[in-house]
Amino acid sequence: MLLQALGKIAQTLVVLFFVSVASFGLLKLAPGDPIQIMLGSEYSQESYDSLKTELGLDQPFLVQYADWAGRFIQGDWGTSYVARAEIFTYAFKEALPVTLTLASFSLAFAILIGVPLGVLSAVKKDTIFDAGSAVLALTGTAFPSFLLGILLIWFFAVKLQLFPVMGYVSPWENFWLGIYHMILPGLTLSTYFIAMITRLTRATLIEVMEQPYITAARARGEPSWRVVWVHGVRNIAMPLVTILGLQLGVLLQGTVLTETVFNLPGIGQMLTSAVLGREYLVMQAGVMMTAALFIGVNLLVDLSYPFLDPRLRARK
Amino acid sequence: MTERMTDVALPPVLTLRDLTVHRGAAKILDRVNLSLGQGETLALVGESGAGKSTIAVAIMRLLGNAKIDGTIELAGEGDLLALTERQMVKLRGQRLSMIFQDAGAALNPSYTVGRQLSTTLRRIQGLSKDAARERAVELFTSVGINDPEGRMSAFPHQLSGGMQQRVMVAIALAGSPDLLLADEPTSALDVTIQAQIVRLILTLTRERGASCIFVLHDLALASQSCDRIAVLYAGQVVESGPAHDVLEHHRHPYTQQLKSCVLEIGTKTLTAPEGTVPSHAQMPPGCRFSTRCPRALPRCAGEAPPLVPVRSTAAGPLDHHIACWNPE
Repeated sequence: MLLQALGKIAQTLVVLFFVSVASFGLLKLAPGDPIQIMLGSEYSQESYDSLKTELGLDQPFLVQYADWAGRFIQGDWGTSYVARAEIFTYAFKEALPVTLTLASFSLAFAILIGVPLGVLSAVKKDTIFDAGSAVLALTGTAFPSFLLGILLIWFFAVKLQLFPVMGYVSPWENFWLGIYHMILPGLTLSTYFIAMITRLTRATLIEVMEQPYITAARARGEPSWRVVWVHGVRNIAMPLVTILGLQLGVLLQGTVLTETVFNLPGIGQMLTSAVLGREYLVMQAGVMMTAALFIGVNLLVDLSYPFLDPRLRARK
Repeated sequence: MTERMTDVALPPVLTLRDLTVHRGAAKILDRVNLSLGQGETLALVGESGAGKSTIAVAIMRLLGNAKIDGTIELAGEGDLLALTERQMVKLRGQRLSMIFQDAGAALNPSYTVGRQLSTTLRRIQGLSKDAARERAVELFTSVGINDPEGRMSAFPHQLSGGMQQRVMVAIALAGSPDLLLADEPTSALDVTIQAQIVRLILTLTRERGASCIFVLHDLALASQSCDRIAVLYAGQVVESGPAHDVLEHHRHPYTQQLKSCVLEIGTKTLTAPEGTVPSHAQMPPGCRFSTRCPRALPRCAGEAPPLVPVRSTAAGPLDHHIACWNPE
């Protein structure tokens, strides 16, 4: 099992390498000249050339990549000319925690609301409750999150003044205030996931509830709540975790819009301003962090399978 | 097998009266009448789809959304069909329990077999964690699981089919039920292990004075191991009585066909009963076997024969019943 895990980690590193090459290369191909932006509208050819040499942009692609990668691994991610800050500090220490907090909140909302709703829909299959939850779920998947965010701000923050309109407080510094600031953005980002998890939970649980071991559990007198929550839900963990891992990409995409609507200084906002400012290094840092997060989480999902399903554990 | 005195009127533990089950438009059980004395073992025999398993599952009241009519009377509880689900939950595992066809599928793959047995013991007998574990090891020993201590922490997939079924037997006996329903407990097992499991279930139920309903395919195995046999065809009981009597002095043409089908396996000329069971839409209103019966009379298809007592021989027992207009 350890060997398997090591193999998967090695795979992950290879994938990460290709992602880094691709992100480096693709951004090189993108239109827009960073030197022009740095120099402003009036500059001489000499100052252009000297800056190009200084930044190493006249070197061949592979040299530029190796140079960038070597420094990247050491935590030297360069300087953002727009933010006037070390990118490692700006992106990794400041933006990443914001996005991680937002993503964790959304995931927590999605699981805490989606799973119980899905279980209830499955248990009350073909009732009005089930139909209602199906309509809600469809609405949740179809409703654009930025519009929902604006509506939530308008209703809960402006009209009722229950929640802050926008802004970020780190839950590490002030736990309750941090949570308070994360409720509306967390809900906005998680609507799609709540809906998706509700439907997924319902469908997989209905299938599980038809398994002979469910009938057998009933036959030995297990009360129905135990049959559902202990024998049923335990066996939908694996498909649920798999889909959550794969859908994390969608979640990370969603942070871009949500962070913009709620003015949260996370990776999404950082990427938006980096794209507008054509800051290659910031974009690369953003892409690398997002990719590493996605790949890392899916590695964890892979590694969790033996814990979720005993049949996948190596035989003694 | 020891000859058991089946003529003595034992107090019935279970009585089914006109048990009828509809699933959608299909009538999958049609007016089934059976009774089971204390300590008695009854075999339900018939082809697949005859409704044998349905009877067992209906007694547990686990048929889901099927429509059930008639009564299922359990001694001391009255009609099970009149109980609330909450009352039924208390009976399951304690007065009634069930063993399933495929033990591998009937054990939850996510929990160890030891945990599945000991949580049942803790719930039913109110034992502490340690006491339940101890009792679980004892039960594993009594069902013939070797290395019971070690097997406690095994997951179902780590056990062989025979061991899985032994675990199921242990779980079913955890609450010392009065009535054990065994739904073809050996059909997923090797032939060599089948006999062991059947013997194990019968020995343990007899030791405990419990009654047992055994759902089986095999008429010969049924007559060797059980006190009484009920032969089912397409949801109806066509013949019932003491095991030996039904096997040797059967009167219903369908029982004859079932028996010859079994016997001829020995001579390697397998003849299944001719034709197939009609679909529920084409089921004749009278005797359901009439479409395949070599002795069918004109009245058979239209008029349902009642289940009536017969004497197979002059000195034969009185509780032999058949439903046939033209018995052998």
